[in-house]
Amino acid sequence: MPASERDILATELRWSAVVAGAVGIIFGAILYAAVALHANPPSNIETIDPKTLHLSGEFTESNLGTRVEADGQVTTRIVATQFTFVPQCVVVPANRPVTLRLSSPDVIHGILVTGTNVNTMVVPGYVAQVHTEFTASGDLLMPCHEFCGLGHSQMWATVRVVPPESFRPDQDGRVACEKP
Amino acid sequence: MKSPDRLTLAHLWVAFAAFAVACFFGVWQMWARSPLAAPFFTPEHYFISVTAHGVSMAFVLTTFFIMGFGYFTAESALERPLPGKSWAWLAFLLGILGTVMAVVTILSGRATVLYTFYPPLTASPFFYIGLVLVVVASWIWCVLMLVAMARWKHANPGRPVPLAMFATVANAVMWLWTTVGVASELLLIVIPAAFGWRETVDVGLTRTLFSWTLHAIVYFWLFPAYIAFYTMVPKAAGGRLYSDLMGRLSFVLFLLYSLPVGMHHLFMDPEHSTGFKFLQMMLTVLVTVPTLLTVFTIAASLEIAGRLRGGRGLFGWLRTLPYDRPMVLATALAFVMLFFGGGGGLVNMSYGLNALVHNTSWVTAHFHLIFGGTVVIMYFAIAYAIWPRLTGRQPESLGLQRLQLWLWFIGMMVMTLPWHWLGLQGQWRRVAQFDYANPIIAAWGPWVVLSLAGGLLLLASALLFVWNLASYHRGATQAAAPFRFALAVHMPERVPAMLNGFGVWNMLVLVLMLAAYGWPLAQFAVLSPPQAIVHHVGQGG
Repeated sequence: MPASERDILATELRWSAVVAGAVGIIFGAILYAAVALHANPPSNIETIDPKTLHLSGEFTESNLGTRVEADGQVTTRIVATQFTFVPQCVVVPANRPVTLRLSSPDVIHGILVTGTNVNTMVVPGYVAQVHTEFTASGDLLMPCHEFCGLGHSQMWATVRVVPPESFRPDQDGRVACEKP
Repeated sequence: MKSPDRLTLAHLWVAFAAFAVACFFGVWQMWARSPLAAPFFTPEHYFISVTAHGVSMAFVLTTFFIMGFGYFTAESALERPLPGKSWAWLAFLLGILGTVMAVVTILSGRATVLYTFYPPLTASPFFYIGLVLVVVASWIWCVLMLVAMARWKHANPGRPVPLAMFATVANAVMWLWTTVGVASELLLIVIPAAFGWRETVDVGLTRTLFSWTLHAIVYFWLFPAYIAFYTMVPKAAGGRLYSDLMGRLSFVLFLLYSLPVGMHHLFMDPEHSTGFKFLQMMLTVLVTVPTLLTVFTIAASLEIAGRLRGGRGLFGWLRTLPYDRPMVLATALAFVMLFFGGGGGLVNMSYGLNALVHNTSWVTAHFHLIFGGTVVIMYFAIAYAIWPRLTGRQPESLGLQRLQLWLWFIGMMVMTLPWHWLGLQGQWRRVAQFDYANPIIAAWGPWVVLSLAGGLLLLASALLFVWNLASYHRGATQAAAPFRFALAVHMPERVPAMLNGFGVWNMLVLVLMLAAYGWPLAQFAVLSPPQAIVHHVGQGG
């Protein structure tokens, strides 16, 4: 091998070490976030029949919205359907763990909540579940962020984050937005 | 004009015509989303426009460009006539027929499902069949590329396949793997549903099959840009390619790592476990390797050219590069856009962090920068480089070509940097209009208007590009010299068999795909999740 070709190879190997280092750092940061900070994507493979979603069980109309369970866990259940969320407004407490559970009876939807890391696809056939904690009070936008038909742009809901002292469940543990 | 020239020109003109029309759609969409009132606005028109923009840019521009450039490369790099020319023309006609079917169904409002489909939303079957015909055309192209390389190898035993052709065939092989996912989705599930032969679909399965295709397709589009980086740019800059072997290695790594990573598009989906999402995230990190190797090799090649032109010192060679040549200018601008677009991409693929940006304008900004920016600006540069050979005429003005490239770069930056910012604020994708009466959304208004201004610059650049190419077709022709690709510093006499063919790499792709997609696809047979009812769009409405 001529000298200049050896030089090229040596330079390339040095650069390969830099590349390996960069890849290692990226991978390390993601691993740290996943393991130490529990930054994992929503991935509970939990099936539900979209055709009978609203007829019985968890996603019937009377059971939607926010409820404090017997163990104190706050759960908010929402149906995403062409072209609205049911309910249109949900109340959640600030600085307390909240579980959002969503499902769709028709087509693919998705949600994000502006200013937070809440984000999930809502795929018919599955329950989408997100664990989160809202840190500031106020009204946040929760739009449908996946194309679901011509009315998609009008599909959005409000997440009303209230201070813990204003979060008052009724005797059934439910909290709903006040009618305007 | 020789017949392969006509073949290439026909493909590239179809590609660029679709591109120019799609730019009009794109600008109008940004206008609709802005606080300014757009003419002709209805939600239906908006989503028809999004579908047309996506199909034109992602399927028609790319497929026809790649096929046309592949035919050109096979002839110029192998210095042999293209085998199966009548098959190539048949593929062209199939592609045209498919495109017409897709366009008619889209514009009549019977295919408003965007270019990524979203079953159980279901369009007219002729929309999907049109797209399948375009894919079948590209399969014929893949076979022709494989045959051309095989015949050359047979005639030149033991010789390394010229790098430009090696890369083109790597892309063809990758594309055959890539299209398995979407072809299965369309042929087995979506088209039967569109005809009304099935009433429900397994949505998780269709999303997973589409994800199989969804990332590698981006690398299919990207390959011509990288082929230009390795085999055209060093020569255009007046130097040589730093390392031929590194080019081969990068291209086989693209083949390997583009495929088993598509699930990073499904991070936010409920039908897959964290385990497989994590596995495909790790493989996605490795896709950065061939890009980082390429950045190094191309920078080193340009350094050779810059120093030959008198550049001194650590970075002095950057100043002496011939930026007046469109290929060199486009490469410099492409690398700037690759820096921003690639950085955004690292956020997208970061597993947990993806929740911050999924389905926001951040993602739209990312792929417009990488594809619309880095890749398409190199399509421009390639066209400028080969048009003199194809038409036998020299350009009237390099100044107009440089102006066009600058306009594209500035327009792309002005459009996408605000989108990144808006995405971080939570502005979501794929909506026809925003309610600017909402205080959160009202604050986005000025940024949206700024990005619209960027879009107008892009439209101006697109029209100037078509003008520049059309101006080659006027005036007297001269006999054009054969096109020559760049030489490496050390042209290899022999290369390892692994880097002169794809047998081993195909086996590795198979192993990786089984590991990455085996269970994620098999789980739907085991789990048998409840199916969703098919929703036909554009009927009775």
